[in-house]
Amino acid sequence: MSLLSVDHTSRWFGNVVAVNDVTMDIGPGVTGLLGPNGAGKSTLINMMAGFLPPSTGSVTLDGAPVWRNEGVYRAIGLVPETEATYDFLTGWDFVLANARLHKLPDPAGAARRALATVELEEAQDRRIGTYSKGMKQRVKMASALVHEPSVLLLDEPFNGMDPRQRMQLMALLREMGDEGRTVLFSSHILEEVEQLASHIEVIVAGRHAASGDFRKIRRLMTDRPHRYLVRSSDDRRLAAALIADDSTAGIQLDWQERALRIEAIDFARFTALLPRVAREHGIRLYTVSPSDESLESVFSYLVAA
Amino acid sequence: MFNPTVARLTYRALLGRRRALILCALPLLLLAVSVLVRTMVGQDDDVAVSLLGGFALAAMVPLIGVVAGTGAIAPEIDDGSVVYLLAKPLKRSSIVLTKLLVAIGVTVAFSAVPVFVAGFVLNGDSQRIAVAYTVAAAVASVAYSALFLLLGTVSRHAVVIGLVYALIWEALVGSVVPGAKTLSVQQWSLALAEKVAGDGAGVASDVGLPTGVTLLALATVGGAWAAAARMRSLTVAGDE
Repeated sequence: MSLLSVDHTSRWFGNVVAVNDVTMDIGPGVTGLLGPNGAGKSTLINMMAGFLPPSTGSVTLDGAPVWRNEGVYRAIGLVPETEATYDFLTGWDFVLANARLHKLPDPAGAARRALATVELEEAQDRRIGTYSKGMKQRVKMASALVHEPSVLLLDEPFNGMDPRQRMQLMALLREMGDEGRTVLFSSHILEEVEQLASHIEVIVAGRHAASGDFRKIRRLMTDRPHRYLVRSSDDRRLAAALIADDSTAGIQLDWQERALRIEAIDFARFTALLPRVAREHGIRLYTVSPSDESLESVFSYLVAA
Repeated sequence: MFNPTVARLTYRALLGRRRALILCALPLLLLAVSVLVRTMVGQDDDVAVSLLGGFALAAMVPLIGVVAGTGAIAPEIDDGSVVYLLAKPLKRSSIVLTKLLVAIGVTVAFSAVPVFVAGFVLNGDSQRIAVAYTVAAAVASVAYSALFLLLGTVSRHAVVIGLVYALIWEALVGSVVPGAKTLSVQQWSLALAEKVAGDGAGVASDVGLPTGVTLLALATVGGAWAAAARMRSLTVAGDE
């Protein structure tokens, strides 16, 4: 059982603040680190992995600082985002070398088990340079598991994986979490995190935006105001009919665009309301498009909340 | 301090196909020219000195040093695969030291050994010229390995800077401009060669033996120490 603690940690590069006063504890089970690209997820993971000292604050594993403390790597397994490995080695040689670098008593046995865990035995005698992206990801995973770490850190592990590989890795990570290991993975895709993580930490623009189980995060995300751009045969009459309902918070007639800008607060109810109201009033809908569905806007709403 | 697994990974990376070709090219050229000279000119000490000093020690040894010294560490730092070494219960200084020993081994094997063979081909070690230049190439290999390993941990353009240094400073300025000679690994190692070779061999250095040995030791130890310090504070920032 290991606890990874990030305590009032910031990290800046020159004038750019990558991680801004983040405090979180990552305990046993699977935790998802969710945030848009460039939010500071990798910086945070690199600090947790002891590759980057925090500018202020501390990052500790069971009380011991991780920066300049190579002893922590007996407990930490790391799957970096970078694709580069030792491409000139075979999968077997690479995982075996990792086992030897950990000074394990039976490196060959450990390498065999790790390669079996990720189901890469068939390709283990081929050079890593010839591997597909998903196979590379699996050999990286095997190298991180070879010493059976109690903490597993994965930076965007699902990038470039096909759906089947994704499901396999998810099952594996779930299993490791159930065994009581501390598993942290980063992702910018809500659905990935939702499927796998029992606990979610959201980071946006370097700030710790939200924390909780997926239901809480999902609610935060769906309860936010949704903005739509709507064009119809009679915008003014449609607006009047829609504003009468509790699910809309505001409607603007945009004369330049010749469209309605609608802010809905109850997503499910509004999506049922709009077509019904249009039909009842004999109004034709020409355009219905969400105007702020980008992940960044979803996240920035969370930051403001 | 020495880690056999780090060593194996390093020398396999160094002796990968492309690098091995570069490492073999210059020694083969030296041997080919030596054979040619011996068959056409015959045994001549002056020719031996100018070939071993003017080409082997002035150009070949530093170039091999650049390829092996930077190649032992720079590519891993550049592409990020160094994290697989860093994320292990290993002292970073032992990673550096191991890589330095591998770089020295490779540089000696691809420069000092061919110099020795070429020396024997050229004049059969008359006036101990072959042994003298072999000693110089070996100690220069050690110093170059440390300096270029350090360069590999400091700059992303280690190979280019190393090549410019090897070709312009050591091969050109260090051989021609008097003041620059005293600040050149080549001249320091020549001081040892001068001591080993016979008096009439015409092997001469611009620096005295104590100075040469001291500066070689300083460059080697200082380079290794600085590379270890640099590795200790090496950060992996990710792509963001």
